[in-house]
Amino acid sequence: MEDLSLRRDARRPAGGARKMAIVGVVASGNLEVLAERVLPDHDCLVEIRTTATGFGDVWNAVVTDFVERYSPGGLRFSINDGGARPDTVSLRLAQAVRLMEGAQ
Amino acid sequence: MSATMQTAAAPGTATSWYEASARARVRLLLDPDSFVEFIGPEKREVSPHLKLFDLPEQFDDGIVVGQGRLGGSGVLIAAQEGRFMGGAFGEVHGAKLAGLLRAARDIGPIPVLILFDTGGVRLQEANAGELAIAEIMRALIEARSAGAKVIGLIGGRAGCYGGGGLIAGCCSALVVSEQGRIAVSGPEVIETNRGVEEFDSRDRALVWRTMGGKHRRLLGAAEAFVDDSVQAFREAALALLGEVGGFGLDTLRKEQARLQARLRDFGGCADAVDIWTAQGVTDAAAVPALPADQFIDLANQIRQVSHDAR
Repeated sequence: MEDLSLRRDARRPAGGARKMAIVGVVASGNLEVLAERVLPDHDCLVEIRTTATGFGDVWNAVVTDFVERYSPGGLRFSINDGGARPDTVSLRLAQAVRLMEGAQ
Repeated sequence: MSATMQTAAAPGTATSWYEASARARVRLLLDPDSFVEFIGPEKREVSPHLKLFDLPEQFDDGIVVGQGRLGGSGVLIAAQEGRFMGGAFGEVHGAKLAGLLRAARDIGPIPVLILFDTGGVRLQEANAGELAIAEIMRALIEARSAGAKVIGLIGGRAGCYGGGGLIAGCCSALVVSEQGRIAVSGPEVIETNRGVEEFDSRDRALVWRTMGGKHRRLLGAAEAFVDDSVQAFREAALALLGEVGGFGLDTLRKEQARLQARLRDFGGCADAVDIWTAQGVTDAAAVPALPADQFIDLANQIRQVSHDAR
C-alpha cells in the first residue's frame, strides 16, 4: 500500500451545498472517493491509499487535471484505490464533485 | 395491499438488482429520500485487520446500515456491497449488522431488511468474522422474539454463502431472484473438500439449479421469487411484511417439522431436477430456462407459501 497526499489551489469554491458524498467501491480496478466540504474555499486536498505503489507521478497528473477542470475548492477527497486506471480515477472524481454540486 | 399500490414508486424502478451497488439498492428500494445512514463512510470505521495484510480498506467496511421508510412505515436496513471483498463479514462489517438487529430488539417491533450479498466470513479476519456471525444470529433471533420481522433480500453477484447463508436461515422470510444463490459451502469449497465427482464447480448449470433462486423457492427456503429488478424486490418485501406471522417456540417446532418432511421426501434425490419431478413439475428439466413470470406461476402451483414455519 502507498499513501499519497496531494494539495492544490482551486480557482473558485465548488458549487452546491452538500457536505459529503461517496462514489465507487474498492475492488480490483476500481476505487471509492469520499468527498467532504471541510476546507477553506480555495483549497483542495486529495488523500490516496492505493494498492499500486510507484504511480505518484500519474496520480499527480490526474489530480492536477481534475482540479483544473472542475475547480473543487473547499473539498477534501479521500480515496481508497484498488488499482484503478487513470481514466477510472478521473471519472470517479468527476462523479464525486457532481454529487457535491447537488442539493443538500 | 392497496396501501402498497398507492405508495409512490421509487425512481429507477427498472434498475437491475444484480447490477446495482449496495447504496443504489438501498436508495431505490426505500421510499424516496427517506434513508438515513448510521456510521456512514465519513466516520471512517474501517477494518482494523486489513492493513496488517497490506490490503485496501473501504470507509463503510462493505456494509451500509441505517433507517428509512418502506411504503410509509419505518424500517431498519442493512445492505452488503458484494464487490468489496466479496461482501464478506469482517469485524466492523459484522458489528454494524449485529448493532442494527440489537436496535430492532430494543426500540420495539420495527421491521429489518437485510440485503445480503456475501461469500461469508472474510478470511483475513476469520475469528472476528465467525464471532460476528454468531452474534448476528443471536441478535436476529432476539429481535424476532421481541416482535421484529426480519426479511432477507438476495439477488447480488456474491450470492449468500457461508455465515450469510446461516443468517438468512434465521430470517422471518426471504426474497430471492434467479441470480441469488443461497447456500453455506460454496461450489469451489465443496469441490475442494469432496472432489469434482461430488460437485463440479465449473458446471454453472449445476451450481444454479442446486443453489440458485428457483430451487430455493421450490424447496421452500425462500418465500418469494422475483424478477431481477429493484421494484420487484420492493413489492415482494412490502407484501411479506404484511404476511409473515409472529415468532415463538411453536414456529420453531413447525420449522423443524418442515425440514424433517423435506429430508424425508427428497433426501434420496441426487439432483434438483429429481426433486422438482417428485414435487409434481411435469417438465422439470425446463425449469432453469423458464422466464421469471412463468416460473412464479409454476412455483405458486407447486408450492404454496406457508408462513407458520421459519
